[in-house]
Amino acid sequence: MTLPRSLIFGAILSLVFLGAALLSFVWTPYNIELLDIPSRLQGPSEAHWLGTDQLGRDIVSMLMMGARTSIAVALLAVGIGMGLGVPLGLVAAARRGSLLDEVIMRGNDLIFAFPSLVIAILITAVFGASAVNAIIAIGIFNVPVFARLTRGAALSFWSRDFILAARVSGKSPARISVEHILPNIGNLMIVQGTIQFSLGILAEAALSYIGLGAQPPTASWGRMLADAQTLASIAPHVALMPGLAIVFMVLGLNLMGDGLRDVLDPRIRRGRT
Amino acid sequence: MIRYTIGRLTSLILSLVVASVVIFAVVEVIPGDPAAYMLGVNARPDTVAALRAELGLDVSLPQRYLAWTTGMLQGDFGQSYTYRSPVSQMIADRVWVSVPLALFALSMTVLIAFPAGIYAASRRGKAGDITVMGATQLGVAVPNFWFGMILVLIFAINLRWFSAGGFPGWDQGLFTGLKALFLPAIALALPQAAILARVMRSSLLDMLGEDFIRTARAKGLSRRQALWRHAVRNALIPVLTIIGLQFSFLLAGGIVIEQIFFLPGLGRLIFQAISARDLIVVESVVMLLVFLVIMVNFTVDLAYAAVDPRLRART
Repeated sequence: MTLPRSLIFGAILSLVFLGAALLSFVWTPYNIELLDIPSRLQGPSEAHWLGTDQLGRDIVSMLMMGARTSIAVALLAVGIGMGLGVPLGLVAAARRGSLLDEVIMRGNDLIFAFPSLVIAILITAVFGASAVNAIIAIGIFNVPVFARLTRGAALSFWSRDFILAARVSGKSPARISVEHILPNIGNLMIVQGTIQFSLGILAEAALSYIGLGAQPPTASWGRMLADAQTLASIAPHVALMPGLAIVFMVLGLNLMGDGLRDVLDPRIRRGRT
Repeated sequence: MIRYTIGRLTSLILSLVVASVVIFAVVEVIPGDPAAYMLGVNARPDTVAALRAELGLDVSLPQRYLAWTTGMLQGDFGQSYTYRSPVSQMIADRVWVSVPLALFALSMTVLIAFPAGIYAASRRGKAGDITVMGATQLGVAVPNFWFGMILVLIFAINLRWFSAGGFPGWDQGLFTGLKALFLPAIALALPQAAILARVMRSSLLDMLGEDFIRTARAKGLSRRQALWRHAVRNALIPVLTIIGLQFSFLLAGGIVIEQIFFLPGLGRLIFQAISARDLIVVESVVMLLVFLVIMVNFTVDLAYAAVDPRLRART
């Protein structure tokens, strides 16, 4: 079977950023904590591939460190969403029709009804702006996404013969959920996880752009943009680069998500496009 | 339909109650003493005590919650601590920027997405379709605030066609007002238009595979006629739901866009209030935004059920 082009292209893009983020732990072209004011706002050159910012810091190094923040925040937010949402969805499906199911699903509807950005702003405003609070604020809104998806998918399995066989053999609903249903919905979760990951990157950028995400000296793409805003007319590259980094990272993840869906769920491949 | 409406109405009220409790808890309970929070660490105890009395913090939490919610129901959003003016007045001034901005952005979203989606569906699999779909992939990935910055850079700073920000007010004329909101609306609309174009395309493609389209073609309609007379109209049902959801996104997303373009809307009000630690304003504006979003979703649900009877039966 040949892999879809979107998957290959998306995976390459995402891996470039992931690689850059990992590399930043051991090496960046320049140390971003050392300011070099005399060489500030330089355009791209051999010494600084993407130029320097208003404090003379190397933009490539800043982007690498920023990738680390974006990826960490978005990934942990997906972790919160999956960690809470999948068990909730499994429980709701196992106890379908019960009061517990009703409570879980209504709770989900409630969170869905909230404008996520407004609540994220409220949370970070009251509890203080930090990467951790950004993770929590983004993560909360991932929970209902995974809970709903898990419940829907799990329900479709509960009526299948192999689950019936497991029930006849005396397994408890909890064991069936973990041993038989969870492995079957894994693919779906990977696809959705990729999509939520890309949304998390965008949300983190927006939060740190308005000053409610990771705080200095932690580098983040959103704050690089906020810093660059007033300089955009004299040094457009400072405003351009972090934005392009966000676009390519999100584009890569979205393409990867589309491609993964095609590979992992052949039913959709026939239906769509 | 009546049963469905009552069901949705119950969940609407429940949502609003839970929302108000959550917002109240986050703003007034969790930080401890709101008066001390608002005045900062260096405040003198007697100043804090005076503010506590002024804000009515001396009574119990449930009493405060009740006073806040019943006040809002009567249009009284409390008194801003920093501006010394009624919050309801501050909101009224700024709603006239935020809501028109969201509506303007919504109309642009539709104006971009419908032609793009219909064109892509009609040229399925061909170069035109692939180009449009590629563009929407890019559109979804672009952060709207960055796109706003780029628009300012190109159209305000370099070409000088628009002002880089600010809002002259509607009393300067409709055109002047709309011109000031044009770039912000485009910035807000682009990512949503990309999403909507994709929904439009796939909904239309679903319709084109239906039997009634084959019937229409069999009775002699051309592809184009069948598309416009039958498919587009039916494809609109799922598209309308998405449009409703997008309106709430645009309303909330405006918060960030208002920052970039220095628009005196609700978003800027929230941020000014946050930096001034004016909790009363933060609390009320957030509640208002949540209320607007929940109301929009509620209206969309009802409208959708009115159009599609299958939905009513489900709940």
